[in-house]
Amino acid sequence: MRFLLDTEQRDFAASLDALLGAADTPAVIRARAAGDPAPARALWRRLGDAGVFALAVPEEYGGVGLLPVELMVACVELGRHAVPGPVAESLAASVLLDRAGVAAPAARWLPRAASGEAALTVPPLSLRHDPSPLRPSPPEPSPLRAAPADGGYAADPDLAGTVLRVDGDTLAEAPSQGPLLCSLDPARLLGRPGDGTPLATGPQVAAAAAEAAGVGALATAALALGTGRRLLAGTVEYVGTRVQFGTPIGGFQAVKHRLADVLLQLEFAEPLLHAAAVALEDGRPGATADVAAAKAACGEAGYAAARAALQLHGAIGYTDEFDLSLWIRRARVLRTAWGGPAECRRAVLAARAGVLTGRT
Amino acid sequence: MDLQFSTAEQEFRAEARAWLAKHVPAGRLPSLETEAGFAAHREWERELQADRWAVVSWPREYGGRGATLLQWLTFEEEYYAAGAPGRVTQNGINLLAPTLFEHGSAEQRARILPEMADGTVVWAQAWSEPGAGSDLAALRSTARRTNGGWLLDGSKTWSSRAAFADNAFGLFRSTPVEESGARHRGLTYLMFPLDAPGVTVRPIGRLDGRPAFAELFLDQVFVPDRDVIGTAGQGWRAAMSTAGNERGLTLRSPGRFLAAADRLVALWRRLGDPADTALAERVADAVIRARAYQLSAFAAASRIAEGAAVGAESSLNKIYWSELDIALHETALDLLGPDGELLDRPDGRDDWADGYVFALAGPIYGGTNEIQRDIVAERLLGLPKGRRG
Repeated sequence: MRFLLDTEQRDFAASLDALLGAADTPAVIRARAAGDPAPARALWRRLGDAGVFALAVPEEYGGVGLLPVELMVACVELGRHAVPGPVAESLAASVLLDRAGVAAPAARWLPRAASGEAALTVPPLSLRHDPSPLRPSPPEPSPLRAAPADGGYAADPDLAGTVLRVDGDTLAEAPSQGPLLCSLDPARLLGRPGDGTPLATGPQVAAAAAEAAGVGALATAALALGTGRRLLAGTVEYVGTRVQFGTPIGGFQAVKHRLADVLLQLEFAEPLLHAAAVALEDGRPGATADVAAAKAACGEAGYAAARAALQLHGAIGYTDEFDLSLWIRRARVLRTAWGGPAECRRAVLAARAGVLTGRT
Repeated sequence: MDLQFSTAEQEFRAEARAWLAKHVPAGRLPSLETEAGFAAHREWERELQADRWAVVSWPREYGGRGATLLQWLTFEEEYYAAGAPGRVTQNGINLLAPTLFEHGSAEQRARILPEMADGTVVWAQAWSEPGAGSDLAALRSTARRTNGGWLLDGSKTWSSRAAFADNAFGLFRSTPVEESGARHRGLTYLMFPLDAPGVTVRPIGRLDGRPAFAELFLDQVFVPDRDVIGTAGQGWRAAMSTAGNERGLTLRSPGRFLAAADRLVALWRRLGDPADTALAERVADAVIRARAYQLSAFAAASRIAEGAAVGAESSLNKIYWSELDIALHETALDLLGPDGELLDRPDGRDDWADGYVFALAGPIYGGTNEIQRDIVAERLLGLPKGRRG
């Protein structure tokens, strides 16, 4: 066992960190919020060149195959820099198109998705827990039944080449209808997919959607963790320099303990995230539970970091103009996107109860 | 990056599982914190060590198996999954032994470790004093030089297991602060028998009344030179390596929490109200946190295998497992409802109360969680040092 990122994966993260650090992502977000998507599209293309979107696209369409660990590593960095656009959605939609057995649309969109020329988007897909053949008796209590996950909105259709939609076991290409809606996260706009054109119907769509749901949740968890890391780093820096009562406020125990708790949550969410990526890579049974555990922990850790960041920055953190507030607002959205904590916990509990029932 | 066990590791796990399946007592032993329970647990340690399972990570010459950290983690998972008894020898194994390996003499290791491993000699720690808890360097008990050794005076308290243990280890001031110049200097690390002349042991009842710890009064207790660990006057450094251990990987193995989380899931399946989704979430959260703790240990084992040292992140571990332990037991008690308060149920079922009382001490001992948060903030986040210390 070597449960650590390897040198190549670390180098990949460092190169993305450097690329994005020089990209002034807050300015990209603000331009997009003001109605100019050009910088976001340009950034998306650069990330495509760096190989980020190829990680969910097979080789025949210009990708490198689905590489969940590298995808997770990349998304942590994209989260750290608050990259705008439908990151998790595009990666999940790529998997969906590839696995659903729809050759023509896959050939049309996947090469462009891999290169970063076009984003894809799809409303969040529900993380369904593995159907267990070892159904306990008496029947499982109701909290185990997964609820429909999404509000039906797709993130950032304006930045996407196409919008996909899964309805039962039907996959459709469904451009969004009506006006786009604003999100708590100013980097994000939401659209409701229309009826669109059915592409395929059948069990392969349901299977593809389940796999795409795992990738979307993994990517969102990674974005949340990266968001939290940045919020913690920014807040540690701030409390080390902000002086009140003649001393840096970072010396006060109430402040120190709050930040220690944020680090605690992030540090113990990270191994769950890594294990979820490994589980998806291995295609292990129970991968859904690992992804759900990672999503719950990373979503909550990122949000805890945001709450601490807001509180410890005081009024400046509450302003629209303060850059770190872009991360503060995003953390709230990432917490619930692609599986909120309660839904994820249901999936974890159902899986564990199933394993234990099988064992006895 | 992977989570694969090697063939050798899988064989080790299988061997441990088979042994445990054959030997773990069917019923629960009486509470460790009673005289009868202490004796029963000591007997279990003898059985465990008869086949070299008590200290798998120690070198073979001292009774271990030279197991790697990963093998040790595996053994612990199997041990607690099998429902095996709590470890009466853990203070010695987890706190004293690492210090002896690092700072002790070969003579001390050969003399002390084998008898510690099989429970012949059970060790209690003598760190805290009435005026020195989290601020351990404030300790005032003294060690005075005498012919061939030292004379100990003063009092120690919150000495876990001392009510029934054989020996104790702790720090004593051998040079007054006025002469040493600093509170952390002039301290000597010593070991002594609890039945030595001049030692008085006053058991203290913990929250459930059981004498889980004791106060020690020391009146000119003679300790020979051979029972000084490391160099006289430089005990602080040796003690801190031990304290690091208490907070680190070794005191609380992930296997304990994985097993407890699985017991909790089973309890929830049996008793949980399906409509009570809040309680179900807490059960799920315990599963997630136990898994996170396990995975974090795997990552740490991987780092250590590559030569990294465990530093202040042991403080993160200590906060995490101690708060997880309480959450696990609180959730179980809530699931049990009115039955949760029963201590020592006659049918032996669903006994979570004893573990709950034990868990409540976690955030306090081994350096309170407030101290740990200070350490995390200062050493891992680089925030300014506060007034403490």
